[in-house]
Parts: sequence; structure tokens; C-alpha cells
Amino acid sequence: MIGRQVALRLLLAFPTLFGVALIVFILLRVVPGDPIAMMAGVTATPEEIERLRGLYGLDRPLLEQFWAYLGQLVQGDFGVSITRRLPVTELIFERLPATIELSLFAMALAVGLGIALAVAATYWRGRAAERMTDGFSAFGLAVPDFLWGLIFILILGVLIPVLPISGRVDPSLSFSSATGLYLIESFFRGQFDVFVSTLSRIVLPALSLALPLAAIIARVLKSSLAEVMQQDYILLARVKGFGRFRIVMRDALRNALVPTVALTAVQFTFLVGGTVLVERIFSFPGLGNMAIEAVVNRDLPLIQGVVITFALIFIALNMLIDLTYGLLNPRLRHG
Amino acid sequence: MNDMLAIEALRITIAGRNVLRDVSLAVPQGHVHGLVGESGAGKTMVARAVLGILPAAARVISGHIAFDGAEITHMSERERRALLGRGIALIPQDPMTALNPAFRIEHQIVDVLRHHFGLGRTAARAQALELMHQVHIRAPERVLRQFPHELSGGMRQRVLIAIAFACRPKLIIADEPSTALDVTVQRQVLRLIKHLQARENTAVLFVTHNLGVVAKICDTMTVLHAGRVVEEGSVEACFERPAHAYTRALMAATPRYDQPAAALAPVPEALSRDLADEATAWDARHGAA
Ligand SMILES: Nc1ncnc2c1ncn2[C@@H]1O[C@H](COP(=O)(O)OP(=O)(O)OP(=O)(O)O)[C@@H](O)[C@H]1O
Ligand SMILES: [Mg+2]
Repeated sequence: MIGRQVALRLLLAFPTLFGVALIVFILLRVVPGDPIAMMAGVTATPEEIERLRGLYGLDRPLLEQFWAYLGQLVQGDFGVSITRRLPVTELIFERLPATIELSLFAMALAVGLGIALAVAATYWRGRAAERMTDGFSAFGLAVPDFLWGLIFILILGVLIPVLPISGRVDPSLSFSSATGLYLIESFFRGQFDVFVSTLSRIVLPALSLALPLAAIIARVLKSSLAEVMQQDYILLARVKGFGRFRIVMRDALRNALVPTVALTAVQFTFLVGGTVLVERIFSFPGLGNMAIEAVVNRDLPLIQGVVITFALIFIALNMLIDLTYGLLNPRLRHG
Repeated sequence: MNDMLAIEALRITIAGRNVLRDVSLAVPQGHVHGLVGESGAGKTMVARAVLGILPAAARVISGHIAFDGAEITHMSERERRALLGRGIALIPQDPMTALNPAFRIEHQIVDVLRHHFGLGRTAARAQALELMHQVHIRAPERVLRQFPHELSGGMRQRVLIAIAFACRPKLIIADEPSTALDVTVQRQVLRLIKHLQARENTAVLFVTHNLGVVAKICDTMTVLHAGRVVEEGSVEACFERPAHAYTRALMAATPRYDQPAAALAPVPEALSRDLADEATAWDARHGAA
């Protein structure tokens, strides 16, 4: 059954990708701004500009451009970046690991924080701790990720400068990474100076991305836990002589997590989308940061490539969500 | 006489309303005591008071609960945790909702054994297997690996009985442990409880709507109405010479043991008016808290 679900998803991915490609293509040619003129600079002659235009195929009719572009896409070729003069695929693969690492780290923080808050609120129901977590949830939800980023930069980067606020790793450290996943790789290769440097730079952008999601998780999990705590099997756990903390953590949490997982997974796609602005704010060299540079420079092939990559990530994530949900719920697994 | 459970003049209110009006009862060691009454009489409240799991709004105004000679009415949370599951256990009413849907059966039997006896994984597992045999579950290895939703209601109730007897408690509270099941399974479950109780010499407080069930498995009984004890004594005495008109009415209307135990049949209107008046008079004498 799960196999058929995956196949259907994969099939649906093609029209989705085609739609994304089409929209991006049209949008980029509708908005004002001439990329070639920007690339050539103010001193360029009209002839030089025409020559460059021909080089990038931008002088041909739109439909022809689109077909050429689609043909390249199917072969996994996103063309050559206008500003960087390197294959777009290469540029994307250079930046992708940074964004993946940031997103996963943020996700882990959000899940950990969200669960801790919901458990604390449930354990201390009716006391000050519960009201504090409610307040935090409301606040965490009201402040968007990029604003958290600015707040952290102001407080921890400028007022009390305890953490570096830009880049991925201290530039004076030399680290040639095979995977691009600095945090994990430096840890397993035992280069702890690199690990600490990477960690200290990823914490704030990750926390900015994580806080709104943590607030959502805390809120949904808390209400889900409240419902579970009313169940007969929780009463039986009390009658078995188990303490309240154990009951919340062991007997209640797993049941309460099922509805939370689906929601968290959907929210994770928003978190990935949030990396674009947050990476920019922290000069974090990921995909999102590069997307903004590409937009500023009107680097059409690069923009197209990054957008398609994000679309691919979202499609893959959604597929993963369906699979995890099926695996987590024993009733779906056996029924 | 050595009473495993002794309740003395227990008065409990919920939001200022009397729900138990000076209830007294005793369960001697190794005996099965029936607690009978119609819906809302306060049977579950008695059970929850003994277990110390009253609803948050409930208040114990006066009275005492003693377990094995020791006062447990206002026990600390910590002391109670050591008692529950080990000294006193519960067979819950609804087997469909009393097992945790997220864990395998094995986990749910083993956890109480490990918690109270600090057993290792292997020892606890062997013990769980032995318990499964004792509650007559066929293919116990397979059942231990299953999740609750994979078992029938009767199987789940057997598992719950195994959990209740796991730590060999001195007192078991059974709150209508068979009403959610169909008649044949009900009978098997009652026989199983009686069998294990007799073998382990456990005291049982057996809560039920069904006087037929009381006649079958109880030694002594208490009839509760609107939170008041209206009849008590040995089962034979109560059945042969019921002291209260309410008990007589219940017996006249009692479904046979092998019939579905729905709510007790309605008692005559004049009688229930009298009983309601008595409860009001009691409240007037004692204050509505
Ligand atoms: N959580 C609660 N909050 C408020 N009132 C309650 C609560 N639980 C029970 N009551 C009230 O306490 C009284 C006794 O209820 P109890 O559940 O003990 O009755 P019972 O004899 O077990 O009935 P049944 O046979 O239906 O289970 C009833 O009047 C009921 O409305
Ligand atoms: Mg009840």
C-alpha cells in the first residue's frame, strides 16, 4: 500500500515541477531589469550587450527559450550562472549541504524544545510553569523567524557579543569537507575546533528558525497530551503506582506524538522556506542566501535552478511525511 | 477479624454536593465483597477513594480508610505510589480503553513488575509469560508481542486481570470488570477472577450493578444508594432476609446471572421518593458542606 502511495506521489511530482518551472520562467521574464546589462556594466557598448545576449540565448523567442530550458532541466542541467560563470548545478551542490544542515539542526532544536515545553506544561498543570509555557508559545508564534534573527543579532551579536553572527565557520580554520555537512563531518573526523566554530555560528540562525516551530509543536502537543492524560490507560498507569513524570514521558507522550508528527512535518517545509531570509540575515552561505544574491543580480539561470531545487526538496519532504506517519501509528502499520 | 480493607464513615463531596454519605464497609482478608447500587450511587467514588485517585473536585470531608490495618486516607503521593500496583491493584471496567494503544502487551505487564520488584528484563518477561498462562491465554508468546487493538475484548480483560494479579496484591478492586463484555465472555472472566482470588487468597472489592453476579461470587455485600449504605452483611443473609425495602425491590427486579447486566431495573416510584427524602434529610442534618 505504501509502495503505491510513493509511486503516485512520484507521478504527481512531474506536473508539479513543470508548473514550477513554467511559473518561474514567466515571472523572471515579466519583471523589469535586464540581467545582461547589469552583468556587462555601465561601460559596455550595445554591441557587447547583444553578443552576451546571444551567448545566453536570451535573444531568441520566448517559447524557444522555454523549450531549450525544459530540455536542459530534464537532463538535470540548470545552465550556467550569468554572474558567477559556473554551472548552476555546481553552485547549488556547493551550497545545498549548508542549508540542509541548518534546516535539520533547526528542526531538531524545534522538536526538542517543543516537546520539553509541552511535557513541562503537562507535568506542572495549573501552576506557574504552565502559564509560562503558554506565554512562550504565544510569543514564539507571534514573532516570525527573521525577526528572531534580528533580535538575536542585536542582543547576542552586538549588545553582548558572545556568539559570532556571520558565516559558517571561522575563516582562519582550514577545513576541506567531503560532504559539505560541516557539523557532522568535523565531529566524526575529530576536528573539534571546527565543530565548535560551526556550532557557534549555526546556533543563532537555527534558533531563529526553530522558535516559531517549537511554539507550534508545544501548543499542539500540549493539547494532545491533555487529551491523552484523560484516558483510562493513564488512570491505570497511576494505579500501577507510576510517578507523574514517568506517566507523562512514557505512557502519554508516545500516544500524543502521533497527531503532532504530521503537523510538525508540514511545518518543517515552512521552516525550510524560512532559511532564505534567515541565511541572508546571518550571512550564512546556504542556498537561500545564494537565491537572494541571484535575484539581486538578475541571474536568471541561477534563480531558476534554486527555485526548482527548493521545489524538489518540498516534494521529497512531503513524500517522507506520508511514510513516517504510516510508520509511527501502529494501527496503520498493522491494520 | 482481619480486615484487608476497612472504610469507616467516609464522607466525600464534589463541588459542595454530598456523593458519599458516611459510607462504611469492610473486606475481610481472602474474601470477595460486593458493592451494589444503581448508576450514580457512588460505587466508583468508593473505589477511587481507596485508590487515592479521586477527581480533582472531590473532597474527603471525614472518615477513614484503612488497608491491612494501616490508615491510608490522607497518604502522601510517594507512599501511595509504593502501595498502588503492589499492595492494592485495580481491574478496570472497560478493557477496550484501559490498555495503552502505543505499547505491546508484554511492555504493559512487564512495566509494573519491574517498577515494584526491580526485576531484570528476562526475569520480568518469564514472569509475564507465567501470568499469561494463569489467565488462560493461548499462544501467550504471540499475544505478548501484540498491540491491544489486535486483541478481542475478552483477551484484553484477561490481560488486565494478569496485570492486576502481577504483583500478588493483598487487595484487588474490580470496578464492574465484565459489563463491557458479552455474556459468555463475562462468565469466563468472572470465573477467572474468582479462581485466581481463591488461589492467591486475595481480598476483592467487587463493584457491580448485577445482584446475580454478587450471589455467584461474593461472600459479603454492601448495597449503596445515593451515597448511603442501605444494606450490608453476608450474601446469604442479605438475600434471605433483606433488611431494607430497596434491597427487596432490587432483588425482585434483578436480571438473572446469565443475562446482560444493564442498569438495575427501576424500583417503585414511591420507594425512590422515600430514598431521595432520606438523602435530603441526611444532608440537612450534616450540612451540604
Ligand atoms: N468527575 C466527577 N465530577 C463531578 N461529579 C462526579 C464525578 N464523577 C462522579 N460524579 C458524581 O458522583 C456521584 C457518584 O458517581 P459514581 O461514578 O461513583 O457512581 P457509580 O455508582 O459508579 O455509577 P455507575 O454505576 O454509573 O458507574 C454521581 O452523582 C456522579 O454524578
Ligand atoms: Mg461507576
